[in-house]
Amino acid sequence: MDNTIKKRWISLYVENQVGVLSKISGLFSGKSYNLDSLTVGTTEDPTVSRMTIATVSDDETFEQIKKQLNRLVEVIKVIDFTDIFVRMKEILYVKVRKLSREDKVELHQIAETYKARVIDRGPDSLLLEFVQTATKNDAVIKLIKEEFTDIEVVRGGSVGIESISMMER
Amino acid sequence: MKQISGNKLLVKALKEEHVDTLFGYPGACTIDISDELYKQSDIRVILPRHEQALVHAADAYARTTGKVGVCLVTSGPGATNLVTGLATANIDSVPLVCFTGQVARNLIGNDAFQEVDIVGITRSITKYGVTVRRREDLGRIIKEAFYIAKTGRPGPVLIDLPKDVMAELGSAEYPRTVNIRGYKPNTNVHIGQLKRAIKMLGEAERPLFLAGGGVNIAGANEVFREVVEKTKVPVVTTVMGRGAIPTDHPLFIGNLGMHGAYAANMAVSECDLLFSIGTRFNDRITGKLHAFAPYAQIVHIDIDPASISRNIHVDVPIVGDAWAAVSKMNEYVHECDTKKWLDEISVWEHEHPLTMRQHRTMGPKDIIDEINRQFDKAIVVTDVGQHQMFVAQYLEVNENKKLVMSGGLGTMGYGFPGAVGAQLGNPDTPVIAISGDGGMQMNIQEFATAVLEELPLILCVFNNTYLGMVRQWQKLFYGKRYSMTDLRAGALTRRTNGEEKPAYTPDFIKLAESYGAKGIRVEKREDIAAAFEEAKKNTKVPTLIEFIIDPEEMVFPMIQPGGTLEEMIIEC
Repeated sequence: MDNTIKKRWISLYVENQVGVLSKISGLFSGKSYNLDSLTVGTTEDPTVSRMTIATVSDDETFEQIKKQLNRLVEVIKVIDFTDIFVRMKEILYVKVRKLSREDKVELHQIAETYKARVIDRGPDSLLLEFVQTATKNDAVIKLIKEEFTDIEVVRGGSVGIESISMMER
Repeated sequence: MKQISGNKLLVKALKEEHVDTLFGYPGACTIDISDELYKQSDIRVILPRHEQALVHAADAYARTTGKVGVCLVTSGPGATNLVTGLATANIDSVPLVCFTGQVARNLIGNDAFQEVDIVGITRSITKYGVTVRRREDLGRIIKEAFYIAKTGRPGPVLIDLPKDVMAELGSAEYPRTVNIRGYKPNTNVHIGQLKRAIKMLGEAERPLFLAGGGVNIAGANEVFREVVEKTKVPVVTTVMGRGAIPTDHPLFIGNLGMHGAYAANMAVSECDLLFSIGTRFNDRITGKLHAFAPYAQIVHIDIDPASISRNIHVDVPIVGDAWAAVSKMNEYVHECDTKKWLDEISVWEHEHPLTMRQHRTMGPKDIIDEINRQFDKAIVVTDVGQHQMFVAQYLEVNENKKLVMSGGLGTMGYGFPGAVGAQLGNPDTPVIAISGDGGMQMNIQEFATAVLEELPLILCVFNNTYLGMVRQWQKLFYGKRYSMTDLRAGALTRRTNGEEKPAYTPDFIKLAESYGAKGIRVEKREDIAAAFEEAKKNTKVPTLIEFIIDPEEMVFPMIQPGGTLEEMIIEC
């Protein structure tokens, strides 16, 4: 078995009930599984929530994670998103302050390159919105951190859905 | 349509689930349920003296009757006292439904009197737990709880009942069917996989069955024995699997693992096919993982997919109920040529048979041998520690003699209340509890329950004045520094630097008598038989037999923690 440690994705259908999020996150912490990101929201059926979970693990551990999730009464379905075609994006907000005129130009360029939207601005600040893959968001944050000092970052965690046609994520 | 309170619906639901015994301890949040139980006589209500003992009693009741054990405790401390018992039942796959009282909904989260988030506290040690937030959900939730507890891999379910929900009027209907979209336990056995496994069994030169607790839970013993006899493949068991095949069967080698028989551990180490059923390859049986069954291909049948290929890599996984799988196997298996392999095993058995040093006065084996001699039918419930391992090594277990213990969690204090639950569920079977002097004191208050319920329990206390199993580790691996294990230590031993020791406390005989039970102290081998004879005469009252055991007594063989099965310490 290929037992390299890599990033994996799970899409999870769960009962939309009190305590379910705690049960899922508690499973990860209780069994020492890595939990990279977890997003949750309701679906077209208000009694069902859907989670997108990212974890870094080896094959054996990942198999265990899927089995353990399947065991939970509140879990309706576990889908492994790791090696199938999915659409997956994460929202990222970056607020940058204390910008000089040149800084602003540079930040606008970064925004353009990464197809970000400038959604708000002040005399010396800009608020950028990125909707792209988590990996690209990692790169953006790294870049902005290198260039600017007064930054504030919030990101939403990835949400994913299976592609209709075969497509890159 | 008639409307009834949640309290009334709960009692109605219990009757429809054919609950005949409920283990309960009252409190403010459950007083209305107690009141409803007072008004009926179909359900016998047992009042243990501590909620931990209560849940252990319900657990052993479930293990020895095959029914779901039912608990009712109040909110706050009543609920938190369940925690150890829930974890015990969860890891040993015991079906329980535990009802906990809860403060009224408008008080939840306010740090109200006797409020705890018990569903949150027990989330990782229950199969399922839920707070009933709406009266209209109550019937469905109870129905689902019983279904979840007893199907698939059994386990404990906790239902938290806010007081105001229970007071509310609502439908008197109790549902007849269950449909939980996220819970569809798989019991069908994959025939293709099973045939593949059977083919490997036929081709192996040194095949070995490993039976775990799952065989006993599924009631697969009889059919498993048939399969073993047809195939002539030898058997080792875990301590929880002991009795999967009668222990006097010629094809039974012994238990494997930390205190397993030499021949059993050697057989695991040398086999080329390990056909395992209903075990989760716990660290106490595998020793060092990479050296476990190094030459073997491994087949694993288990009802819980998550138990397969978790600790050791499995070549042929088969998900399914042990009884269903072994019954299917029985249709296909035929005799394997194991003559040479059985000869090899018998050489190991003669090399290092399971044995204990002979004492001048009395040893643990003398007592267990006497139990084997005197009882054709019995349920033996142990506590945790050295005595448990002695029992696991020497007790005869078969279709008429059952062994019950906290195998997975290793819960001290399980034995006595467990025996209470087992006797309540099996009034016509002799129930023998075997505890150490440490574990016995953890739930000693259950004498009151046992006496008032007129249970003819035989409570054997192996008193070596120490917490013996930890002492054994200290003797072998910690330079005999008996830290925290001497049950006579205290101010006097501190003052005199261990030179002087006080008399042992408590006096178990007087303690038993103070509760209205009988007490017998045995110090010599010659008196063992008479003590059991005497105890058997007490048909309406428990008898405690205190056996004075040498503090130096050790459990052998032993595998060092983290060692391999082949590196056994035979004796020291």
